Amino acid sequence: MDYFLELFFGGLTKGSIYALIALGYTMVYGIIELINFAHGEIYMIGAFTALIVAGVLSFLGFNTVSILILATLIAVVYSSAYGYTVEKIAYKPLRNAPRLSPLISAIGMSIFLQNYVLLAQTSDFLPFPNLIPEFEFMEPYYHIMGSSELVIILTTAVVMVLLTLLIKFTRIGKAMRATAQNKKMAMLVGVNVDRVISMTFVIGSALAAIGGVLIASYVGQINFYIGFIAGIKAFTAAVLGGIGSIPGAVLGALVLGWTESFATGYVSSDYEDVFAFCLLVLILIFRPAGILGRATTQKV
Amino acid sequence: MSGLKKSLLVSIWFMFLTFPIMVVKVDIIEKTVQWRWKNLILVGLGSFFLSFLWRYLLEKKEKGAKKKEMGQAEMGLIQKIFTVPRYSRPIYLLFLIFILVFPFIFSTYQTNIMISALIYVLLGLGLNIVVGLAGLLDLGYVAFYAVGAYSYALLNYHYGLGFWTVLPIGGFLAAIFGILLGFPVLRLRGDYLAIVTLGFGEIIRLVLENWDEFSFGPSGIANIPRPGLFGIELDVQTATTYIYYLMVIMALITIFVVNRLQNSRLGRAWLALREDEIACQAMGIDKIKTKLTAFALGATWAGFGGVIFAAKTTFINPASFTFLESAIILSIVVLGGMGSIVGVVLAALIMILLPEYLRAFSEYRMLIFGASMVLMMVFRPQGLIANVRRKYLYNAVQSRKTGESR
Repeated sequence: MDYFLELFFGGLTKGSIYALIALGYTMVYGIIELINFAHGEIYMIGAFTALIVAGVLSFLGFNTVSILILATLIAVVYSSAYGYTVEKIAYKPLRNAPRLSPLISAIGMSIFLQNYVLLAQTSDFLPFPNLIPEFEFMEPYYHIMGSSELVIILTTAVVMVLLTLLIKFTRIGKAMRATAQNKKMAMLVGVNVDRVISMTFVIGSALAAIGGVLIASYVGQINFYIGFIAGIKAFTAAVLGGIGSIPGAVLGALVLGWTESFATGYVSSDYEDVFAFCLLVLILIFRPAGILGRATTQKV
Repeated sequence: MSGLKKSLLVSIWFMFLTFPIMVVKVDIIEKTVQWRWKNLILVGLGSFFLSFLWRYLLEKKEKGAKKKEMGQAEMGLIQKIFTVPRYSRPIYLLFLIFILVFPFIFSTYQTNIMISALIYVLLGLGLNIVVGLAGLLDLGYVAFYAVGAYSYALLNYHYGLGFWTVLPIGGFLAAIFGILLGFPVLRLRGDYLAIVTLGFGEIIRLVLENWDEFSFGPSGIANIPRPGLFGIELDVQTATTYIYYLMVIMALITIFVVNRLQNSRLGRAWLALREDEIACQAMGIDKIKTKLTAFALGATWAGFGGVIFAAKTTFINPASFTFLESAIILSIVVLGGMGSIVGVVLAALIMILLPEYLRAFSEYRMLIFGASMVLMMVFRPQGLIANVRRKYLYNAVQSRKTGESR
C-alpha cells in the first residue's frame, strides 16, 4: 500500500509540473491555434535564470527562503519577457500565413533557444540547489511524500485557482475568452487582440517558469535539453485533456503523471518516455478531441 | 529619427533579456561567478543594427505582397537562373560534371563528406514528398532512416545478407513502417500530426536504445560490411569512391522519380490535399490512399538512405537518430523551398557542406539552423527556390515573349 501511495503522490507531483507547462500550450492554442514548440524552451530558460540568480544570491549570503522567492520572481519575469519576445519575432509576422508556417517557425525558435543556452552557458548538467525547505511535520510520511512534493502540489493548486479567477473574472480574462471564441468579433467589440495574444504568452510563460523552478529544485539538475522532453510531455497532457481547455490541461497532466508513475513503478523504468508517447498516440486515435475537449467540424 | 529611437529601445530590451544567460555564469561547486560584460555590448550593438535590417526587410516584404496583388510580381534572379531552361540547363550540366569528377580531384575525406551531403539530398527529397508535396508535417522522419540502417545491420549480423539484397528490403520495411504510422494519424490535422510523428520517432529511438537483446542498445552495431562489387574486395579508398558513385546514381534516380511523381496524377492529388483536404475529397480524391502513399514513398527513401548510411559508416547506434536529425532534414526542405526539387538539393548541399568547411562556424551550426528556419518563414516562406507550379497560360503572345514554355 505504501508503494502504491508513493507512486500515487509521485505521479501527482509530476502531473502538477506538467500541468503548469501544459497550461501555456493550451492557452496559446486556444487563442491562435498554434503549437508553441518553443514553450518547453521558455520553461528551460526559467530554470536556468533561477539557477543563475540563486547562485549569485547564495554567494552574497542570502538565506534559503529569500533566495527561493527572489529566484522564482526573477525567473518568472525573464520567462515572460522571453515568451513575449518570441511571439513578437516568430509568430506575429506570420499571423495570416498558412498553418504550417508558424509551426515550422516555432520549431526553429525552439532549436535556436536551446543552442543559445548551450553556447552561452554549458552543455553539461548543472547541479541545481535544493531551494525548497524541509518541513519537520512531514517527517513521519517521508517514505510516501517529501516536503518538495508537498510544496509542488500546493503551489500548483494555488496557481491553478488564481489562473481560473483571472480568466473568469478580470477584464483581460474576459478579453482572452472572447478572442479564443472569435478573433474578428472580439476585434469588432473593441478588444485589442494583439495585446491579448501577448498577454497570453506572458501568462503561459510565467506559469512555465514556476514549473521550471520547482522541478529543477526537485530533480536537482538541469541542462539545456530539459525543455524538449518536458515540452512534449506537457503538450501530450494538453492534448490528452482536450487542447484549448484549461481544466482539461490540468486533468490531462495528472492522468499523464499517474500513467508514467505507475507504469515505471510496476512495469519497467527504461520505457518511461515510451509510455507517455504511446498514451498520446492512443488518445489521438480514439478520442482526438481529448477527454474534455469538444470535437470541432472543419469547414471549407 | 523614430527608427533610431525604436532600434535603441530594441537594443536595450535585448540587453535586458539576454543579461542573465549571456553575461552571468555561475559555478555552484567552485562558488565562483563569471561576469562576461563583453557579451552584453555585443548583444546591444548586434540587436541595434539587426533591428534596422528587420524593419527594412518587413517593409520590403509588404511591398512585394502588394505588387503581387496588383499582378506585377517578377521572378527573382536566382529563381530565373534555376527555372528558365535556357539558363538552367548549362548550369545543371556543369554541376553534373563536377559531381562526376569529384572523387578524382579531391581526397577520400572530402569524398566522404560529399557522400553524407548526398545522403541528406536523398533524405531531403524523401521528406519533400511528405512535407512539401502532400503537406503532412512529419517530425519523426528519422525513424524510417533508423529502420533502414538497422535492417541492414541486423539482417547482415544474423543472416549475413549483403548490401544489395538489403537495399530493397530496407526500403520496403521503411515503407511498411510508414504505413503503420500513417494509419492511426489519417484523421489528424496538421499540428497534431506533427506531434504524433515526433512521438513516433522518439519511440523508435527509445526502443532501439533500451531493447538490448534486439538492437544491442546504446553501444550500437559495429563491423557492418561495405557494399560489395561482384565479390571483389575493395580497399577503403576505392570503397569510398564506389559508395560515392552509388550515392550519385541513387540521388539521380530519386530526382528523376520525384520529378515524375510530382507531375503525375498522384503528385497532383498530393498538391490538392496540401491545399485543402475537404475540397480535395470533394473532387473525388481518395484521401486515405493518397496520404498513405505519401507516407510510404517518403519513408522508402529514408530506408534507402539508412541502408547506405550503415554501409558507409560501418557502425550505427541510436545516437545517430535523434530528433535533431529530423529537424535538420526538415530545415533542408523548408530552406530549399517546400516542393521544389532543385531547392532541396541545393539546400542539402549548403547545409551539410558549409558547416564542414567553415570549422570555426560549426559550433553555431544548430543555432543558425534554428534562426534560419524562423527567418525563412517570416521573410521567404517559399524557400530559396520556390516551387513553380505548372500553369496554363491563355495568352500565347505573352508566354512567347517571356520565353516560358510552361
